[in-house]
Amino acid sequence: MRDINEHTPGEDLIIKTAVRLMVPFAQLFGLYVIVHGHYSPGGGFQGGVILGAAFIMLALAFDMKTSQQYMTIRVNTVFNNLGAAIFVGVGALSAIFGGLFLDYSALDKLIPMGSVEWRSFGIFLVEVGVGFTVMSIMVLLYWNLSSGGAMDEGL
Amino acid sequence: MKGLALLATMVTGALLLYGTGDFPPWGDPQDPASTYLSPVYIEKAVEQTHVPNIVTAILGDYRGYDTMFETVVIYCAGMAVLSVLRRNREDEE
Amino acid sequence: MIWQLDLMILTLVVACALVTINIKDLLGASVVFGIYSFMMCLLWAEMGAVDVAFTEATVGAGVSTIFFISAIFKTTRRSKD
Repeated sequence: MRDINEHTPGEDLIIKTAVRLMVPFAQLFGLYVIVHGHYSPGGGFQGGVILGAAFIMLALAFDMKTSQQYMTIRVNTVFNNLGAAIFVGVGALSAIFGGLFLDYSALDKLIPMGSVEWRSFGIFLVEVGVGFTVMSIMVLLYWNLSSGGAMDEGL
Repeated sequence: MKGLALLATMVTGALLLYGTGDFPPWGDPQDPASTYLSPVYIEKAVEQTHVPNIVTAILGDYRGYDTMFETVVIYCAGMAVLSVLRRNREDEE
Repeated sequence: MIWQLDLMILTLVVACALVTINIKDLLGASVVFGIYSFMMCLLWAEMGAVDVAFTEATVGAGVSTIFFISAIFKTTRRSKD
């Protein structure tokens, strides 16, 4: 992390401080939207976009290197593959345990806690997978578009 | 050419506006969409999935394939941008 | 569904769409397109589709505007036609 008082053209102390204060709350709100999707509007897609927007804000206010200190390109690759794999994995696992593809109630044979509860919990697992993928893909799209593919210095 | 494009747009817009005349009114309980499938979801969703938000229950459970391929589309978009734009700065120099 | 509010939002939606395709400055066009998305979000929320409104607010007004702006910074700001 560079010194916050160091001044470069196009960067501003007010924006840097505001973003530094806003990013934890934006991430907390994104996690809330994913986890609370069962009870209120929201879900994996919206929460993932909010989580990705927090990283994009970091990259906009500081520079791309700062956002890559918090999420490296390697971690980003792991996240976007992991999210899609969670979704397809949950579906395939429920097919292996005797149900249809994406029929979460069949996972009751894996951990017995009631087939109806498993349908609720399966939706939660799937939303987490969607959130991972959407978050990392949004950050990846911003990195690529704003640096012309080099992913080292952006706007 | 511009006049032709404007004419085509106007004709398409007029046809679409004419087509909306046959739609049921907004929020009509007697229209086909809310007489066949919606009552089943509204009555059964909470007891079948224990999810109070019906939209999440439909997106995550009843229409799981839809959400799965939505995720796959996002993934493919990211991979397409990565494969078109990605380059290493050291390779060029 | 209040028809006065509906009419106001729909007028703003049409106005924003017309401005977006007519403006020469692409940065301004993307900002106006963000306003268009936000008006659509208000319209969805007013019709009771809160989930769609949430998606529209985050994706349409938030992230896609940033993508447009970063693409404009890498290409050109003036529209040719």
